[in-house]
Amino acid sequence: MRKCSLTSLDALLKKIAEQNAVYLPVDDGEGRAAYKQWEEGVKMSDALNTVRSPKDFFFPQTENLMEFKTEGKKIEIIDTRSESEDFVIFGVRACDVKSFEVLDNVFLKDPVDTYYASRREHGVIVSMACTRPTETCFCQTFGIDAAEPCGDISAWKTETDLYLEAKTEKGEKLMALLESLTEACDSAAVEAQKKETAEIMKKLPLAGLSTAGFGGDKTDELFDAPEWKTLSQSCLGCGTCTFVCPTCQCYDIKDFNTGKEIIRFRCWDSCMYSEFTKMSAGQPRLSQVERFRQRFMHKLVYYPTNNNGLYSCVGCGRCLAKCPISMNIVKVMKTIGEKAE
Amino acid sequence: MNKEALIPKLGVITDVRIDTPDVKTFRVVTTDGVKPFEHRPGQCAMLSIPGVGEAMFSITSSPTNTEFMEFSIKRCGCVTEWLHQAEAGQQVTIRGPYGKPFPVDDEFAGKDLVFIAGGIAIAPLRSVINYCRHYRDRYGKIDIVYGARSKDDLVDYKEIVDEWCTDGGADVHLTIDREQEGWDGHVGFVPSYVKELAFSTDKTVILCGPPIMIKFTLEALMEMGFDKKQIYTTLEMRMKCGIGKCGRCNVGSKYICKDGPVFRFDELDELPDEY
Amino acid sequence: MQKITRETLVAKASALLAEGMVDRVLGWKKGEFAYDVTPNVFADAASLEKDFVYGDFCGANFSKYLIAETRKGEGKILVFLKPCDTYSFNQLLTEHRFDREKVYVVGIPCEGMADIGKIKAEVGEGILEVESDANGFTVKTLYKGDVKLTAEQALGERCLVCKSKKHVAYDELIGEDGVVIDSARFDEVEKLEKMSSDERFAFWQNELSRCIRCNACRDVCPACSCEKCVFNNPKSGVENKAVADSFEEKMFHIIRAFHVAGRCTDCGECSRVCPQDIPLHLLNRKFIKDINSFYGEYQAGETVGSRAPLVNYTTEDIEPSEAVERGNQ
Repeated sequence: MRKCSLTSLDALLKKIAEQNAVYLPVDDGEGRAAYKQWEEGVKMSDALNTVRSPKDFFFPQTENLMEFKTEGKKIEIIDTRSESEDFVIFGVRACDVKSFEVLDNVFLKDPVDTYYASRREHGVIVSMACTRPTETCFCQTFGIDAAEPCGDISAWKTETDLYLEAKTEKGEKLMALLESLTEACDSAAVEAQKKETAEIMKKLPLAGLSTAGFGGDKTDELFDAPEWKTLSQSCLGCGTCTFVCPTCQCYDIKDFNTGKEIIRFRCWDSCMYSEFTKMSAGQPRLSQVERFRQRFMHKLVYYPTNNNGLYSCVGCGRCLAKCPISMNIVKVMKTIGEKAE
Repeated sequence: MNKEALIPKLGVITDVRIDTPDVKTFRVVTTDGVKPFEHRPGQCAMLSIPGVGEAMFSITSSPTNTEFMEFSIKRCGCVTEWLHQAEAGQQVTIRGPYGKPFPVDDEFAGKDLVFIAGGIAIAPLRSVINYCRHYRDRYGKIDIVYGARSKDDLVDYKEIVDEWCTDGGADVHLTIDREQEGWDGHVGFVPSYVKELAFSTDKTVILCGPPIMIKFTLEALMEMGFDKKQIYTTLEMRMKCGIGKCGRCNVGSKYICKDGPVFRFDELDELPDEY
Repeated sequence: MQKITRETLVAKASALLAEGMVDRVLGWKKGEFAYDVTPNVFADAASLEKDFVYGDFCGANFSKYLIAETRKGEGKILVFLKPCDTYSFNQLLTEHRFDREKVYVVGIPCEGMADIGKIKAEVGEGILEVESDANGFTVKTLYKGDVKLTAEQALGERCLVCKSKKHVAYDELIGEDGVVIDSARFDEVEKLEKMSSDERFAFWQNELSRCIRCNACRDVCPACSCEKCVFNNPKSGVENKAVADSFEEKMFHIIRAFHVAGRCTDCGECSRVCPQDIPLHLLNRKFIKDINSFYGEYQAGETVGSRAPLVNYTTEDIEPSEAVERGNQ
């Protein structure tokens, strides 16, 4: 483990930025944090987390996949892909770091999504331990330790210092770059912080939330639960929960004719939208009840079935904070899971 | 860079055959004039017209066809509407093959096969039928039950009459919904015809058609004493990526594009009823 | 601090259920925390007793839910409407969006609803309880203990410039009815009007750049009640989620503002639900202000069946050239 004084955080970011783009949570002056590229003068936010998740770095809301030119009956296919440059995301919380694993299981599974893979390969993740988790946090439900985040480098911030520990080869490489700005140290301060955070975690209102009743083998038991109807009855069918979610990965592919060329792009899509499954031949999910159920069954049952029991939720709490009607995965788990228990 | 599944190849439509008032069959090769890729019976491909859209279609031709691919396509949405206006020489994009094929070389081997199709659903089965006809000695008796609204709605009627009915490889049972001038074959819906034909229950059934036809035919087969493990079908869902990632064909823990579209009915029983 | 209690409303709802006047109740259901209240249909007194809440976080406007609810069965549904909700209610009736006979409206007073986003910005993380009384709000927090906030600090912007405490529709009223308020709701619009066009463009560019096209603003909006929205039509070329470029993203909000112009009652739900805190209501308020100044004071939803100035020709209407000139000033 190595450390540096918080007063030299700027110097440290500058050092990284000399080689690679660095992105970090930055306050917008109105109480929100968002990932921005570091440049001289940009300060890291102290906010617990960003409104949007960092999934954009690997799976952006919109991205061009390829282009076409057409002339008469002829088509030209243009591969517009380019190799990503190395970049660093600095200050990712434990929940969001875990979300990358959830996304990896989808995009890196054969056949590999090369758009995602290229960015994933070139992205270095410096995580940041939480010290002030909030009432909507429930990462511990999914076995995530907010005080011990994974990533290529794990980081802890105390009142005075920044502690860094490389966890992967990529992390080692970045640490080597920072050697002159950091010094070797013991982990006493970090251990103390972890203990303190663990005590706070126990006091959070959702500390007791459990995944009992859910999991890969529960489709039959849960699919026809009458509670889906009552839980979903006031759902607006907007895509807020899916778009702020760090693990939601459904997408659409569409063509956009610029007049000069045709751009085939993909963009986030939402299982909450009625058009999501609509086809000329019919609509398998006719009402919001089925769409709502799909989202939660996917996160808590279907995804774990295909991924060794890993849930597709990391407890970041964004949907709890942002749903216009305050309906969310915690309420679903408490209503349906606890009944099944 | 590595090969990207979402980036298609270029194809050319070399022939457009009008099958029925709303079905045309398109012959597709690459710009070099060869078959775009190898596939197995029951697999699908993504065809697209840039600016119009991309959609998943069953590959109608058999893998044993070494020269080209064929797609029988019913006019029913944006992409199909556009394709129906297309002429020979039109380029399209193509990627695939996608999905799990019918188990023609293992579970079907040595079995008596009964193909049951309604309307455009002959499209995915034609690939399997012609594959089995090609390797005729690998299978037992082959029966084909095919129904449509009218004689004019029977897709690829010429091949059925000229080849399937004549080469002795299969017993073909055609039916149309209502009496029609010039039709002296069977009249009636597929489910009741299947009952009339009274197949022995040791056969393997491949069933495909509109949902309502599937529902009643399945009931008929159950009444006749078939087991769901003997009956196969192929599903249709909205698809965008074709590789199990975009999420829209997800039913239960399965992705229809990747884990299907071919399923046995006992496997479908384990899925939520959302297809 | 609300003047009426949950108990009063539960008693009223239970009595109406017992009388058979209504067969279900549209109300607020308590959540996990102080503020995560969910609109809910209650079918019996027991569930009302268990989960019904009324308090400072019951901001959701129920009017739009009535479109779907009145299509379910023959019975009447009881809905609790705050003064501002009743304007949306009337506007929906004006547009023939639901059957009035299937609704029993109990008007309830509102002292302004709290905005959890604002509270969070004031007190930080770890909000455990929020209480309020005549003196303001007390927020119990995990890290800072009890934090006192004034009403100004805790109430939503739309409530601080509340336009009316008067119910314009009800079958029955709980408490005293209020009056229409000469509010300062156009102050923010005036600020924007005073900006140079470049400044104004920069303002909206900054705000709208955060949009994630989740469509929550549209889906919650009582004026957005089309059975099939143009943004859901793949053939329209402006289908939702298709953020082909940033221009299109902005157009979404501008098209929507035009579409609800003259029908928007200024309920403020669009801004309340926006996950990115975009002040969308300011677009609508600009239209309201312009309509007021061009055609005389008009409040959408004030009465049922009123013809909005934009769909009603009179010889006194402003000449287009004059409107353009005023716009240029």
